[in-house]
Amino acid sequence: MSRPRSRAAILPGLWLAILFAFPFLLVLRLSLSDTALAIPPYAPQIDWSRGLDGLKAFFAALDFEMYRRLGSDRLYFDAFISSLQFAAMGTVLALLVGYPMAYGMARCRPGTRNILLMLVILPFWTSFLIRVYAWVGILKPQGLLNAFLGLLHIPPVDLLYTPAAVQIGLVYSYLPFMVLPLYAALERLDQTLLEAAADLGSPPWKSFWQVTWPLSIPGVIAGCLLCFIPMVGEFVIPDLLGGPGSLMIGRSIWMEFFANRNWPFASAVAIVLLVTLIAPILLYQRQQAKALEAGR
Amino acid sequence: MSRPPVSRPVRSEAGRRPNIGAVRSSFAPWNDPDATPLVRFESVTKRFGDHAAVDDVSLDIYPGEFFALLGPSGCGKTTLMRMLAGFETLDAGRITLAGEDLAGAPPHKRPVNMMFQSYALFPHLNVEQNIAFGLKQEGMGKKDIAARVAEMLALVKLDAFAKRKPDQLSGGQKQRVALARAIARKPRMLLLDEPLGALDKKLREETQFELMDLQAELGVTFLIVTHDQEEAMVMADRIAVMREGKIVQIGRPEEVYEAPNSRYVAEFLGDVNLFETTVEAIEHPMAHLDLAEAQAGFYVLDDDCPGPGSTVWLAVRPEKMRISLDPPAADARNVLAGEIWDIGYTGDWTNYIVELPGGKLVRVARANSRRFVDRPIGWDDKVWVSFDPDAGVVLTA
Repeated sequence: MSRPRSRAAILPGLWLAILFAFPFLLVLRLSLSDTALAIPPYAPQIDWSRGLDGLKAFFAALDFEMYRRLGSDRLYFDAFISSLQFAAMGTVLALLVGYPMAYGMARCRPGTRNILLMLVILPFWTSFLIRVYAWVGILKPQGLLNAFLGLLHIPPVDLLYTPAAVQIGLVYSYLPFMVLPLYAALERLDQTLLEAAADLGSPPWKSFWQVTWPLSIPGVIAGCLLCFIPMVGEFVIPDLLGGPGSLMIGRSIWMEFFANRNWPFASAVAIVLLVTLIAPILLYQRQQAKALEAGR
Repeated sequence: MSRPPVSRPVRSEAGRRPNIGAVRSSFAPWNDPDATPLVRFESVTKRFGDHAAVDDVSLDIYPGEFFALLGPSGCGKTTLMRMLAGFETLDAGRITLAGEDLAGAPPHKRPVNMMFQSYALFPHLNVEQNIAFGLKQEGMGKKDIAARVAEMLALVKLDAFAKRKPDQLSGGQKQRVALARAIARKPRMLLLDEPLGALDKKLREETQFELMDLQAELGVTFLIVTHDQEEAMVMADRIAVMREGKIVQIGRPEEVYEAPNSRYVAEFLGDVNLFETTVEAIEHPMAHLDLAEAQAGFYVLDDDCPGPGSTVWLAVRPEKMRISLDPPAADARNVLAGEIWDIGYTGDWTNYIVELPGGKLVRVARANSRRFVDRPIGWDDKVWVSFDPDAGVVLTA
């Protein structure tokens, strides 16, 4: 029983090893190193000429200094918190916008449905960077938004380089990742269940909360994870749309890496970010497993 | 308003034909002029595009009745039921329940409950919660709900499965949950859409009787939609046979089986041999029909038989025919000579397919009431098929 299964796992296992485990170990090793004025800009390096002693010396030189610095620096803690806030808010907003969209799409005829699905995916045909730049054109003081508000005789708003602009950018960019899993969950929903609910005395709005919503929870969770995780580490959007006030951890990593050339510290920040994001996923999986157990 | 075609009254002539069918039943509110129907369909029509799924149907269902809508798929029976439940709107006509017009009442406000063909159990709720769903909507108290749910679980014998989710149940158990959920609210009427379609044969037969017992116990009016004639015949007090959006005959199972009003009904319910013949003479109460294959013609009851010269069909059920290896008396009527063409042995019955000289096939069914037979009939044997004058039904449509 387990043999074919373990054989089937070889390819994805290899994939993960090459593209995740190995790079992860590299970053981990970097995060345990020290900054050095050299190329590459970190120490220690393994001195292969000394053989085993060289390897021993290398491991002895690794330490948690960068993590200690990270813990003592208020700035990075704040950046973490603010990233989580941006991402949480962005996820909730994407859910609020995305759910009705997905619901509406799932309710259309199959033909219309496919067209709408195409329209949701269509933005991916354009570069992400260009789409975010486009928001600069919309949100800038003399931009499209204010021109439109002017037509309606509404005083202009100054959004560009504010946290609100970052929030708008996040929701806009990640909306498809919310809509698609929600759509998949809602489209699968058996319409007779709603008829059964109505037959048993439930008016349509109550049926939504009693049937549609609980059955779409897997889609909600998938969509939220797909939005939340990349949003936390987002770098381009705060860089292009956010001002100095929109501190996000992705941007901090970029700064450390390229502006300060502090590779070990940037790696330490990246590792902490990764660990932070793995926690909710593991929690979710454990809860799913428990729910499955409880059902038996 | 057009009235539905009712089974023709079978005239009782001096003790010769007092009863039709093998079942005696005193429950017949439809024959009582003072009885008030629970549900009335009045000239109900439903169109999907150009196609009339339900075409000017009128139908009364009485309190306590077990009523079956029977027909092939696409005959409009499900649409008719869904209109009563409120899932389809009417294009014409009206439906009243206990005298009240149901028009405009959304499904959740109708005092009927439906058991869906797919059962439509809520997958995220366990058995208990599924059954409680309808009670919760009524705003019933928690204690009352628990008591009612326990009562329902006991009724369908699922006490041990209260905490299971639907995907952990077998088909038969799901069916019971669906049933319990539908009757928990004590509906005025229970609608069952192909309730046994997903069950295997053995379980289906058991469940048929359970449903009948349950209906008797609860006193609720049942409306069942089915394409399975056996299911309808076993369970229903009355059957409406539907075809292309219209009801072609309504009657007790024995009436629609023994006195079909058309070839369609005769062929839809069970097996039948149909002979296209010409009326030669009416010698009341008998009719003489002419048929090339029958030496002396057919001599049958003249109920509803048109005058001499008309073309009619004589319908004779296979089990009402006799088969013999010996030729009958020379002057015997209703005799067909032929050769055995095929034999189907099913254990309880043997079906003989007899080929007549013109090539027409006739089906004769014989109950295997004996284990040992003196002269068994075999392939290519020359046989004589005969039937009694009251075995056949003369059909004009």
